[in-house]
Amino acid sequence: MPKSGGWHGTKEMVHVTGAPVLALRGVSKRFGAVQALTDVHLEVHAGEVVALVGDNGAGKSTLVKTIAGVHPIDEGAIEWEGSKVAINRPHDAQALGVATVYQDLALCDNLDVVGNLFLGRELRRFGALDEVAMEKRAKELLDTLSIRIPSVRIPIAALSGGQRQVVAIARALVGDPKIVILDEPTAALGVEQTAQVLDLVERLRDRGLGVILISHNMADVKAVADTVAVLRLGRNNGVFEVAGTSHEEIISAITGATENAVTRRQARLAEEAK
Amino acid sequence: MTTDQTTNEAAEQAPEPAAPAAAPAVDPRLLVREAGFAGYIAEFKRKMKSGDLGSVPVVLGLILIGAIFQGITGDFLNADNLTNITKWVAGPGLIAVGIVFVLLLGEIDLSLGSIAGVSAAIAAVLSVRSGLNEWLACLIAIAAAVAIGALHGFFFAKIGVPAFVVTLAGLLAWSGLQMYVLGDKGTVNVLNDGVLANLDTYFLGDGDVAFTWGFAILGIALFGAGQFLDAKRRGDAGLPARPMSEIALRTGVLAVIGLVAAYMLNQDRGLPLPLVIFLSIVVITDFVLRRTSYGRQIFAVGGSVEAARRAGINVAWVRISVFMISAGMAALGGLFIASQQGSADKLLGSGNVLMNSIAAAVIGGTSLFGGRGKTWSALLGILVIQSIITGLDLVHVNQAIQYMITGAVLLGAVVLDSVSRRTQKSSGRG
Repeated sequence: MPKSGGWHGTKEMVHVTGAPVLALRGVSKRFGAVQALTDVHLEVHAGEVVALVGDNGAGKSTLVKTIAGVHPIDEGAIEWEGSKVAINRPHDAQALGVATVYQDLALCDNLDVVGNLFLGRELRRFGALDEVAMEKRAKELLDTLSIRIPSVRIPIAALSGGQRQVVAIARALVGDPKIVILDEPTAALGVEQTAQVLDLVERLRDRGLGVILISHNMADVKAVADTVAVLRLGRNNGVFEVAGTSHEEIISAITGATENAVTRRQARLAEEAK
Repeated sequence: MTTDQTTNEAAEQAPEPAAPAAAPAVDPRLLVREAGFAGYIAEFKRKMKSGDLGSVPVVLGLILIGAIFQGITGDFLNADNLTNITKWVAGPGLIAVGIVFVLLLGEIDLSLGSIAGVSAAIAAVLSVRSGLNEWLACLIAIAAAVAIGALHGFFFAKIGVPAFVVTLAGLLAWSGLQMYVLGDKGTVNVLNDGVLANLDTYFLGDGDVAFTWGFAILGIALFGAGQFLDAKRRGDAGLPARPMSEIALRTGVLAVIGLVAAYMLNQDRGLPLPLVIFLSIVVITDFVLRRTSYGRQIFAVGGSVEAARRAGINVAWVRISVFMISAGMAALGGLFIASQQGSADKLLGSGNVLMNSIAAAVIGGTSLFGGRGKTWSALLGILVIQSIITGLDLVHVNQAIQYMITGAVLLGAVVLDSVSRRTQKSSGRG
């Protein structure tokens, strides 16, 4: 378990620009007798993809849910653009600018793409739904993200798994968030669809959004993430810059095979600096 | 949608051609409707094949029913008989509109018949026995029904009791209240020529033909103008719009139906008030369902509760409010039934009133499985049911046979719904 000083040391080497959009400082969360998160730190900057990895039960989902406002934190602090905030309800997170795409997508099969994109925040004109404006904005949004959908007026039921995933991500962007959380976005997808989703993640980064990407797939993580934050048994187990880190180092941090993954890395970096 | 299915679909996807840098937003696999009239016919055929039958089977059914009974009796299509049918559909039709709302959530409300009965009883007792102003009595009756709906909705949405059970309990309890309100005599005749009596018997302008023509022309003009303005606005925004030929065809078909109906009504007594109120409520509720945020929320809850909740929709409120609306519609329907039979009694709303209303909603094309339907299906469906009942009455078929035939029609409609749902699933539309 790295000390928080060491953790910050690693982090600052990765990103020297600006304050993080979102920062978790020593966050803890208990469920009854289970200590799900202990003293967890996490920083997400604008235009950065942070991959959140860890074994099953490592606390990834719990951590994401604390940010999304599903589970309020017990201890620690959440900072948004440098100032401390309280996130107690999903609405709080949305109001700040956190959008979450859960693994089960939660789209309405019977509504069309436009209906799903604007569900809960419909555009109105004289009190009635403004379908024309919504369809237009939906097309613009999908075009800027280079998302290709047969038609924005077909029900979600008619779309493939990959298309549903990109619709779910696009839907998260309708509210102009600053941070997007993607929970296993490629888990159920084929090769082509996975590539499309990863392309989309890169486009989100290019638009200056902070992305938290939960994934079990190291290839995906290496492909798009800037930073990898490893969780193990509810604690931080290292934050790595993807560019200078090998597959094995991340794996060993996830599994705990080498408990000193962080110190080893720090030693190596110190050596290089000499 | 389970993960398995998603995986399968993803695997079955044909690899897409690599997208050029500035990819057009249209997928090459999409079947784009060709411009003009030929494209319209082609799309119609495709929809038929994929199980998206729309209103076609119902309209064909109506024509068939009309032809059969006309053939047997020779006076089924008389102006007098058709006018009576349009008057009689208002009561059960309004209950069916309430049923459509509940079915859109994927739930069922078995208490609507009893609610219609208790509301009629309250209105009749307050106005006749207590001498209250009739308008006020009707408003109190409807308000009481809405409160009952809120109670059902509360037990369903907040406590988590299945709607089936809550409303089954309501079915018993409220028909009990109905008997209690009516008291020992059991029947209250509505006031002669009062508000309640006039609901059924009044003809607009006392049968002035101008009202019927005006009503029909107004409806046709509003429909055509609405379609035209919508297409124009979509065209201006660069979105695909209905071609003018299709708008002209739709408006033309509606014009023929509307003008023939107006002509038939004018052959008899003119424009019946129950028809005007029923049609207006169908149009208003259709607007609410398809063109407002609230309507969109109902469809969302009917499609996926979890998705609706995550989108910030207050699912409990949507459910409670839908039960309030359905109960309110049932109350209004009950008032029309009381008006038509001239009294509120213990049997009002019992028997097959509820079943006919549910059958009407389903026959008209509203799905029993939630998330799919419109209030127009209440109108179409109740026309089918009422035509069958009236026709069988004309040929003096006894009630035992009537029940069996109505039951068979309901089963047929549900089978059609289930089959079309399955076909739609296999063609990726369910």
